[in-house]
Amino acid sequence: MAAVLVIAEHDHGTLKGATLNTVTAAAQCGGDVHVLVAGQNAAGAAQAAAQIQGVAKVLHADGASLAEQLAENVAAQVVALSGGYSHLVFPATAHGKNVAPRVAALLDVAQISDATKVVAPDTFERPIYAGNAIATVQSADKVKVITVRTTGFDPAAATGGSASVETIAAVADSGRSAFVGAEIAKLDRPELTVAKIIVSGGRAMGSSEKFAEVLTPLADKLGAALGASRAAVDAGYAPNDWQVGQTGKIVAPQLYIAAGISGAIQHLAGMKDSKVIVAINKDPEAPIFAVADYGLEADLFSAVPELVKAL
Amino acid sequence: MKALVAVKRVVDYNVKVRVKSDGTGVDIANVKMSMNPFDEIAVEEAVRLKEKGVVSEIVAVSCGVAQCQETLRTAMAIGADRAILVETADELQPLAVAKLLKALLDKEQAQLVILGKQAIDDDCNQTGQMLAALAGLGQATFASKVEVADGQATVTREIDGGLETIRIKLPAVVTTDLRLNEPRYVTLPNIMKAKKKPLEIVKPADLGVDVAPRIKTLKVAEPPKRGAGVKVPDVATLVAKLKNEAKVI
Repeated sequence: MAAVLVIAEHDHGTLKGATLNTVTAAAQCGGDVHVLVAGQNAAGAAQAAAQIQGVAKVLHADGASLAEQLAENVAAQVVALSGGYSHLVFPATAHGKNVAPRVAALLDVAQISDATKVVAPDTFERPIYAGNAIATVQSADKVKVITVRTTGFDPAAATGGSASVETIAAVADSGRSAFVGAEIAKLDRPELTVAKIIVSGGRAMGSSEKFAEVLTPLADKLGAALGASRAAVDAGYAPNDWQVGQTGKIVAPQLYIAAGISGAIQHLAGMKDSKVIVAINKDPEAPIFAVADYGLEADLFSAVPELVKAL
Repeated sequence: MKALVAVKRVVDYNVKVRVKSDGTGVDIANVKMSMNPFDEIAVEEAVRLKEKGVVSEIVAVSCGVAQCQETLRTAMAIGADRAILVETADELQPLAVAKLLKALLDKEQAQLVILGKQAIDDDCNQTGQMLAALAGLGQATFASKVEVADGQATVTREIDGGLETIRIKLPAVVTTDLRLNEPRYVTLPNIMKAKKKPLEIVKPADLGVDVAPRIKTLKVAEPPKRGAGVKVPDVATLVAKLKNEAKVI
């Protein structure tokens, strides 16, 4: 059986958690799992990949062209290595979604987005229409290029493996794009997609000041990540990368607390796989109550501070 | 400079689709159809670039059934100058659409292609990246800011954890994210004007593109239902339930 290649998500020094879930999905697709770490001075990430349980081999491509993870160069690197692999598997993160379709088009194959289940090596489940329907799709292409929704697969154990690391030459720079800069929000709390508890606010928060003033103490108390509905992001109450939903992040924490979120289908698409959902909303008819394990019909501006005190 | 904008006709954002009882797909008969919201943002961005004097002509393109003409008329009401419909009743998957757009890009020699990052029906998020790959161009996906000058586009992108700015050489492909702009309302006079703008219809075969699907949909099902839980009377009960029943805190 041909091997499966996982394209690691990393920051050169360390491996991102999404890689672990992707390894689990890849292992369900077929033969040996290999991991590509494409970066610059990325030995740290490559070593971490070698420790993942179930990984047979790590390919470590290192060079300046891969320093900024530009889609043109990373895709070219994946294509250069793709021979002999039955599946090329990416996490469905912003980076994975940026690169995977490019790889698929260069190989003249279709791409399967956001797989949530591996039914057979050529057959996958994926949500469509904001998760309101689940499609089972079968690929006729000889190479399957897939992005996997990390919430659909348990993370592989980060330690216990002892894969060999093979260093390979990095591709040349495409010359089509260049990195200018980045503004990465400094996180003093867990990242949304890996957080065990998420506190999310909606349009009812009323302003970015209120959003921070009311929800931050609760998130601090619970060690939670902060999320937001699209309506709250649109209104400027919260940054875009906090957005949970169809067009934002897909999350499945142990506990999801939705404060002042009505529960539009686009939002539910992003959080309905959470283990326990708490909804705090003063509108008894809010659709969020239909998916909440515990619904509290109350004014969030008094209920949330009260909750902080009670914890 | 010419800009190409791709628009897709999809089930309206506010419609909750129903899965057909025979599991072959979702029921879109008699359902309101609209332009994919991210594509509206794409058209708006092109129009703003034209208003700034950066873009001189905007060509809107749609691929699909005859009714996509309505979507193209909307694009022209927002401000596109003319439109091309690649008409087919066949199922079109992202790779096929990317190939059709590549053929039109070759023909039109546009410097900038703007597309929505994702269509809200199949939620694929692929077409722009595929087009860029097929055309050998640079890509800037999930754009929240676009500036074009000196044969380059400087694009701020929404990435996990924050924002990233990259510079791509033109011609290039940009896909839009939510915060790029807020599309204008189309006015009645502009809708009337749009009716007179040129709309060309071509077939995939005219462009020499094989649009045969590569992926077969075996089944479409309802997602597992999540049952409603209980309403709690007060914060104290909520905390007790979370501690003792759900055991999540």
